[in-house]
Amino acid sequence: MKELRLMKGNEAVAEAAIRAGADAYFGYPITPQSEVLEYLMAEKPYERTGMVVLQAESEVAAINMCYGGASCGKKVMTSSSSPGISLKMEGISYMAGAELPCLIVNVVRGGPGLGTIQPSQGDYFQATKGGGHGDYRMIVFTPASVQEMCDFVPLGFDLAFKYRNPVMILSDGVIGQMMEKVELFEQQPRMTHEETIKAAPWATTGRTKDRERNIITSLDLDPSKQEKHVMKLNDKYNEIEANEVRYEALQCEDADYVITAFGSSARICQKAIDIARAEGIKVGLVRPITVWPFPKAVFKELSKKVKGILVVEMNLGQMIEDVKLAVDCKIPVEHYGRTGGILPSPDEVVENLKKKIIGG
Amino acid sequence: MSETLTRDQIIKPENLVYRRTPLMVDRPLSYCPGCGHGTVHRLIMEIIEELDAQARTVGVAPVGCSVLAYEFLDIDMQQAAHGRAPALATAISRMNPDKYVFTYQGDGDLAAIGTAETIHACNRAENFVIVFINNGIYGMTGGQMAPTTLPGMKASTCPYGRDTAIMGNPLKITELVAQLPGTYFVTRQSVHTPANVRKTKKALRKAFDYSFAKKGLCFVEVVSNCNSGWKMTPVQANQWMVDNMFPFYPLGDIKVPQDAGEKE
Amino acid sequence: MTEEIIIAGFGGQGVLSMGKILAYSGVMQNKEVSWMPSYGPEMRGGTANVTVIISDERISSPILNSYDTAIILNQQSMDKFEKTVKPGGLLIYDGNGITRHPERKDINIYRVDAADEAAKLGILKVFNMIVLGAFLKLKPVVSSEFMRKGLEKSLPKRHHGLIPENEKAVNVGKEIVQPIQVLK
Repeated sequence: MKELRLMKGNEAVAEAAIRAGADAYFGYPITPQSEVLEYLMAEKPYERTGMVVLQAESEVAAINMCYGGASCGKKVMTSSSSPGISLKMEGISYMAGAELPCLIVNVVRGGPGLGTIQPSQGDYFQATKGGGHGDYRMIVFTPASVQEMCDFVPLGFDLAFKYRNPVMILSDGVIGQMMEKVELFEQQPRMTHEETIKAAPWATTGRTKDRERNIITSLDLDPSKQEKHVMKLNDKYNEIEANEVRYEALQCEDADYVITAFGSSARICQKAIDIARAEGIKVGLVRPITVWPFPKAVFKELSKKVKGILVVEMNLGQMIEDVKLAVDCKIPVEHYGRTGGILPSPDEVVENLKKKIIGG
Repeated sequence: MSETLTRDQIIKPENLVYRRTPLMVDRPLSYCPGCGHGTVHRLIMEIIEELDAQARTVGVAPVGCSVLAYEFLDIDMQQAAHGRAPALATAISRMNPDKYVFTYQGDGDLAAIGTAETIHACNRAENFVIVFINNGIYGMTGGQMAPTTLPGMKASTCPYGRDTAIMGNPLKITELVAQLPGTYFVTRQSVHTPANVRKTKKALRKAFDYSFAKKGLCFVEVVSNCNSGWKMTPVQANQWMVDNMFPFYPLGDIKVPQDAGEKE
Repeated sequence: MTEEIIIAGFGGQGVLSMGKILAYSGVMQNKEVSWMPSYGPEMRGGTANVTVIISDERISSPILNSYDTAIILNQQSMDKFEKTVKPGGLLIYDGNGITRHPERKDINIYRVDAADEAAKLGILKVFNMIVLGAFLKLKPVVSSEFMRKGLEKSLPKRHHGLIPENEKAVNVGKEIVQPIQVLK
């Protein structure tokens, strides 16, 4: 039976974690995502499903608690906002190196530094190009609605386990703080000990007589072995790029121009497209849902038929680099963005489409 | 009058006086000759064997000389980022209350970069054991000053000796965590003589028993040497430790269970 | 049908909860809704506002710069949001504390003196529901049946005893709302 609720994005991600059968959440308060921990503490999932919830002493401790839990084959999640995610980056790099599944939610705020608590998309580079040290990638989902904040939790856990890799939900203050109608999925059971051993035979579940000891580490002091390990990770990333690209294309069939945006910017651009279409401008929207792996192919295809692409982001121009690489200089690609916690308005987007793409 | 034993007679089980602990992996240790790590590794594995807990134990290795502890201990292990072992162990023990969980950390890992994790795990009364090897120096990276380096003691980043006016004082973190309500058993031991090895083993066994019984965090410091880092022979290093480390870091129990009333 | 609404006033006036009850009522009536607050330091005593959109279709931007309706509860909000009402749109305001009344000639303007009425009736806590009643009289985007369901969902169970009082306040708002300027 479907259950409809009006929820904030932050609350939806928390409820979804419980329902997805998460074993633990570790977090530290930071605006604009503190509702995740608050919701979980109020909801007492340790009584509902046995899920562990703990307010850690820092974001650093929280991500390392996730590392400890994930190493045991458990479904673990943490969330934070930009400055806190910077602190987690070391742990995320270790998880990528040690091939651990984990779901990390970033409700992005404006930066750099302490910045502002208002929404931003300034962490795109950090999420998609590394952020932590070393050659690694993580799968990055960009929800554009509260419903997607909910739905990407079980999907994120599935892919994290399938590929033994950290997965990030890259949200922002708009999606985190906004309330929308959410259709909640049914409670899924947490994995039993036997199911965990089956799903994660690599995990530190206890060295039994029937197997060798399991070691979770990202260290290999022998360069030839370390290179082999990194190449193995690379094969995995190639597989993810081949199989896990997700995007949404709206009104692109007859489009002369394309606007592309992710997350809350995409919502604003949907409105901009309605305004532009009402004025007779044939414009479509491409919304990358995964920003790594990036939907290169759709842009490559569109570059054969449209006259230009406007990239709208709440930053100074980050995703535009991926769009430009995808279209390979075939058509003009321009950027429009606001920063500092200010959101682009639909009118501004249309104005910039005219100025930078149509008139340009 | 005495008859020379043949090889076959020597290896008879009833004549066995010493053996490799079965839970130690059969490979050479990477530690310097004379280092205390090997002894402490062995003690932990002896205890896990006595508890018949190989399948019910998860250990956490630090960053430092003992980063490769997992190469030698035949149990499931995780390798933590520098200083974060207590955060890992918090999650492991909370999600696996049926397991023996321990961290194995050096002074830089536990008392410098990981101070926050150490103190908060202790304060939350997490149910795992922290084994803290204190040799007053960073061994792995080549002998730099540690948070526990003694005043006046030389290291590569205090080549003229630790000047506390410039570099601050050594941190007695073991005394510090003993103040916290979440620690149940806090002790400081050494492994430089057979008698001390036996005491340390008793202390470790208590720590594993208490934490498994959900009594709270048990903290076992082992004051050890680093003959390479201290630039001494193993014998000199042990004597230097007795003469200089023990007066500053006195051996013995620091916090014993209120309900047990036992102090050695 | 799509109704785009800004509700703005002081923190503590129940601006956010009024928006939430309206949005939840929309959910119960199977509409698409979004509720986007100004968040952060603008808490109690400062200004607070929330954008509520109720629609029969998928909602695009939850953030807008013009609105079908502005519900304005203090002077700062009047200064900020009067100009954002779409031509032909609706402005509802509480005259309490307003020193400069709305001046636009191209919008419909109504006044609901909810603060005075709530004080008179001794129901200060449901002041915001009087305002909501005024809005629903003029724009019945949700029916009273679903309004009740929205209240049940929005209020914690321990406060369900207050639902009749809230409903009464909504009806008071519907009665006392007065036209100031109605476009032909």
